[in-house]
Amino acid sequence: MTVINARSVDEALTALRDHPRARLLQGGTDLMVEVNLQRTSVQDVIALRQVSELRRWHVDEQSRAVRIGAGVPYAELERNPLALHLPALAQAARTVGSPQIRAAGSLGGNLGTCSPAGDGLPVLSAMDAVVHLRSATDSRDVSIHDFMLGVKRSARRPDELIVAVTLPLLDGFQGYAKVGTRNAMVISVASACLIHDASEGSIRLAYGAVAPTVVRARNAERWLAANAPLRGRPVFDRALASEFGRRAAEECAPIDDHRSTARYRRHAVAVLAERLLLQASGYGASREHTT
Amino acid sequence: MSGENAGNEFFRLTVNGIDHDVRDAWVGESLLYVLRERLGLPGTKGACEQGECGSCTVLMDGEAVCACLVMAASAVDSEIVTVEGLSTDGEPTDVQNTFVAAGGVQCGFCTPGLIVAVHHLLDRTPNPTDLEIREAISGNICRCTGYGRIFEAVRLARDARLAGG
Ligand SMILES: Cc1cc2nc3c(=O)[nH]c(=O)nc-3n(C[C@H](O)[C@H](O)[C@H](O)COP(=O)(O)OP(=O)(O)OC[C@H]3O[C@@H](n4cnc5c(N)ncnc54)[C@H](O)[C@@H]3O)c2cc1C
Ligand code: FES
Ligand code: FES
Repeated sequence: MTVINARSVDEALTALRDHPRARLLQGGTDLMVEVNLQRTSVQDVIALRQVSELRRWHVDEQSRAVRIGAGVPYAELERNPLALHLPALAQAARTVGSPQIRAAGSLGGNLGTCSPAGDGLPVLSAMDAVVHLRSATDSRDVSIHDFMLGVKRSARRPDELIVAVTLPLLDGFQGYAKVGTRNAMVISVASACLIHDASEGSIRLAYGAVAPTVVRARNAERWLAANAPLRGRPVFDRALASEFGRRAAEECAPIDDHRSTARYRRHAVAVLAERLLLQASGYGASREHTT
Repeated sequence: MSGENAGNEFFRLTVNGIDHDVRDAWVGESLLYVLRERLGLPGTKGACEQGECGSCTVLMDGEAVCACLVMAASAVDSEIVTVEGLSTDGEPTDVQNTFVAAGGVQCGFCTPGLIVAVHHLLDRTPNPTDLEIREAISGNICRCTGYGRIFEAVRLARDARLAGG
């Protein structure tokens, strides 16, 4: 029955090996709620606050990717310079809780909890992020699509630490939008992330809180690719955007719960997808490309 | 220091510049509980204990966080500042004074958390816009005032600091 304050990833992994039932603690904004409300009885806790490796991020220009440590707080994701590299992630980060929550909460915790309403997760999904996992004995990279298995279920083994995630640096519009009952401090009723990869010529849409995990609207994405040119700076009209939204909504599997109804969530997904596609339309046309 | 130093029996916290030994806490005890019940610092308030109300706001290594969501035993080696530690001379701070002057305090339960959040804002952003003020206190709930006088108190403190007061 101890709280172990790990000072490095290696120390955390050794502790995790020696205390297989230990809970990992980063910002505590999910775990401490469970503890305070006594939904969980903690045995051992491995606190990651002091692990500076988990608080770092860096841009690899060569591979055109950003690697973000699992413990980087939302407060840093929402600001420049990270916000310039990953605008949708910054938008998602800004919608999380309150300044107090964003000063503590992290992507690693969002992944660890793996709620379908986690605001970071649609962005990771739409960007085909890779999750880096390590244990005392091995390490592996898991695609975000294979990581999320169900409501609060992930592919992480109990002896594994989420070390970082890698996201690509892309040219093109990125947006995140969320529906909730008010602006601050709200768990999403439905959310969507749209990413345009201008050089590859693809548009990807992921949505949150409308299925057991965050999911991609693969059929709607394919339909769009077949019906509109997507390279460079595509322009989309209202009819196309609205059909895209309608198709995206067909792909989700929302439920009725205390936050909303399935019917409203389906409608919200259609509106969010349509709106994001219209925002992507002609994006960047008024600006000079510098890179 | 090695990793396995913070058992639940004993750990040391630095609060308002003073080291405190904490004994007999149970695993998972929140910083809010330790501050109020073990260290005799009841200025930090607790209501929801789930991060929603902000009445427990403290500074931890310079960041405003909810003390109810900090596991106390993990806060070793951090600088914690509570509402009791904001004043350096025992007199109310400028922000505390403008809260009084503007009538931003009614029952007062939300006040300590707001005072900490506003100090944090003005120390980082000396000239915040109304939107920045709203954003900075969006994690602090007040049942009484309707926020109008709280905004006024923040603007007064901002303007006084800008005027060099
Ligand atoms: C008032 C309030 C409002 C909130 N609003 C939102 C919101 O708007 N949107 C949203 O998405 N979330 C919200 N949350 C939930 C929470 O803030 C997020 O899920 C956050 O990302 C959790 O991060 P954390 O670092 O605090 O996680 P912690 O609470 O420290 O950990 C969460 C889980 O992940 C595990 N974990 C943590 N780090 C690792 C790691 N490196 N490797 C493996 N497992 C790990 C922990 O063991 C635990 O099970 C809110 C929470 C509160 C209290
Ligand atoms: S008691 Fe901590 S936020 Fe309400
Ligand atoms: S003055 Fe009563 S809650 Fe704010």
